[in-house]
Amino acid sequence: MTEISKIIIGYLILQGAFLSIVAAVGLIRLPDPYTRNHAASKSATLGTISVLLGVFLFFWIIDGQINSRVLLGIIFVFMTAPVAGHLIGRAAYNTGVPLWERSIQDDLKKAREREKSRG
Amino acid sequence: MFETILTVSLLILAISTLAFVYRVVKGPTTPDRVIALDAIGINLIGMTGIISILLDTDAFLSVILLLGVLAFIGTVAFSKFLEKGEIIENDRDQ
Repeated sequence: MTEISKIIIGYLILQGAFLSIVAAVGLIRLPDPYTRNHAASKSATLGTISVLLGVFLFFWIIDGQINSRVLLGIIFVFMTAPVAGHLIGRAAYNTGVPLWERSIQDDLKKAREREKSRG
Repeated sequence: MFETILTVSLLILAISTLAFVYRVVKGPTTPDRVIALDAIGINLIGMTGIISILLDTDAFLSVILLLGVLAFIGTVAFSKFLEKGEIIENDRDQ
């Protein structure tokens, strides 16, 4: 029982570390702030949630105590990290950070111009 | 074996934090830096969890919750500052 749960916990934590390094590679290699935001806010969040799930299972199965603080941490990170990503992406667009020069379509710009011409 | 896996995961998280620091130093625009700092904060949460397994104590688990709240509030405040130029608005005549 203990060995199997240790294998599962080790897998969860290793998966979280792998997702975190995927986020790091995306943050270094991608061309503009929006794509970097896309990489960082999804991949790093899922990686941290996976690690925290491993921590919760460790303290539940091996130490025998259900730790509600870790559960609250999982729920909180899951709820707030995408909101933070959305806010910083919107702030980047509104302060005029340009898209990648090879992007094809910018629907928000068209909508803004239509609003402006309407008055 | 279990402790080796935990140590390797901690090392991988440290390397990815180093990559985020590279983006904070280089990043051409301010939102890049804010994104990278937010990701560093989220990475620190995972590192705290792994360290509390390695030390076999549950004393650091409040730090996880605290770091999550602080990273979120910092990012929200900074994006509001970028967008509107002030964080807490005082004028009531609009």
